[in-house]
Amino acid sequence: MDEHRLRALTPSVIGALVRRGADFAAAEDAVQDALVEAVRLWATEPPRDPKGWLVTVAWRKFLDAARADASRRRREELVEEQPAPGPGASVDDTLQLYFLCAHPSLTPASAVALTLRAVGGLTTRQIAQAYLVPEATMAQRISRAKRTVSDVRFDEPGDVATVLRVLYLVFNEGYSGELDLAAEAIRLTRQLAAVIDHEEVAGLLALMLLHHARRSARTRPDHSLVPLAQQDRKLWDTRLIAEGVEILQTALARDRIGEFQAQAAIAALHADARTAEETDWVQVVEWYDELVGLTDSPVVRLNRAVAVGEADGPRAGLAALADLDPALPRHAAVAAYLHERDGDVATAARLYAEAARQASNLQERDHLTRQAARLNADPRGSG
Amino acid sequence: MAKYLLLKHYRGAPTPVNDVPMERWTEEEIAAHMQYMHNFAARLEGTGEFVDGQALSPEGTFVRYDGEGRPPVTDGPFAETKDLIAGWMVIDVDSYDRAVELAGELSAAPGAGGKPIHEWLEVRPFLTAPPTVTE
Repeated sequence: MDEHRLRALTPSVIGALVRRGADFAAAEDAVQDALVEAVRLWATEPPRDPKGWLVTVAWRKFLDAARADASRRRREELVEEQPAPGPGASVDDTLQLYFLCAHPSLTPASAVALTLRAVGGLTTRQIAQAYLVPEATMAQRISRAKRTVSDVRFDEPGDVATVLRVLYLVFNEGYSGELDLAAEAIRLTRQLAAVIDHEEVAGLLALMLLHHARRSARTRPDHSLVPLAQQDRKLWDTRLIAEGVEILQTALARDRIGEFQAQAAIAALHADARTAEETDWVQVVEWYDELVGLTDSPVVRLNRAVAVGEADGPRAGLAALADLDPALPRHAAVAAYLHERDGDVATAARLYAEAARQASNLQERDHLTRQAARLNADPRGSG
Repeated sequence: MAKYLLLKHYRGAPTPVNDVPMERWTEEEIAAHMQYMHNFAARLEGTGEFVDGQALSPEGTFVRYDGEGRPPVTDGPFAETKDLIAGWMVIDVDSYDRAVELAGELSAAPGAGGKPIHEWLEVRPFLTAPPTVTE
């Protein structure tokens, strides 16, 4: 059994322990211990019933921990009286666990950490490495998060939108360490889609697949960024694109539009174009209009200005940009691009340099610096 | 989450409110200052926001490449260097506002007379990895 399939059992095993009377925090710890043991033992002795094995071992770990804690004597008596569990309602358990780990009382960082551990079955060390913080810091973040939700009832109804925001954050974190957070986010979103029939869950999954499909085209071997228009589209993963488009179409057919479906629709329009020139920018603008209506986000309006620039020309793009706050992240980069398209190379070069100073990540800063250098080296802009 | 560097300067920052050089403090005041810094780091570890922190010696050497096959050239320390870093702390927090709040608390470390130094800390965001979704 591979690690992913093992980790996929985590939520239902935690759920089984909670239904036997363990509190969430203790159940989660016990299941982590059982997973470590499974990794050690299963390579040589794979069990016939992996989930049953994990429930048995995790329950024993839970009892050991409860017994070791003398101050919890009363609870120990309580749990030993619990009858053996009936057949598991693991689908509901999995969904409840997503809700609990994305509970609105948690900060985004805590919700992300708790989701990766309790739903994703990752170890604290793996999560700490992915987010480039010490293991002790991540351990504290997770245990504080557990304390924050300790009074939340496990079967309390949750809001799927909060879960989607957490999964989106994990996906967008990209790829910094050994652990592939984008792939992990896709796995967790697939697992969510398997337990709840919801058009925005499908929309987010489609969005992730369509972006993940472009991954190998997005960076050069030296890690520098390749803008969408210059990507080698032969490197796009057509299997992931086909899957993403199909999931999106099924979701859109339900006619309950949401922001992830709209974002996925934009990604699908890019995926549809065999060359950058063939992109249906008019439709892209229409989807941005839809997104503006759904979110009223200034960042969406900024991206819309780029699309308007492509659909109706750079002057129209600059007009769309004029209403927006210049302090927005990437405002200068968008303005630089539109001015260059409009033939104002000097302004574009100045704005690219300004955008580079404001960039929040290294690859983007390098990319923007190179754009400024290119225009400064050839002020007629033919390069 | 975003990482920020909190920079503590020996020189180069605006003058703190309680501006008495450390060698003029009492030993108890120095101990209280150190304890405050230690407690601050421990508290951030407890909140899951601590990444790293180190103090630096004020004595530094400038080093530069001097051509193929030659040892690097060293120079300094320069007494007149305008900016001198005393130490740093890296935090991983939910927002810029939280980074500013924590820097404010760190600046309240006690100095001469047991009163807060009110020193200026420089808050610098780390450049991150690019986000997956950009359009």
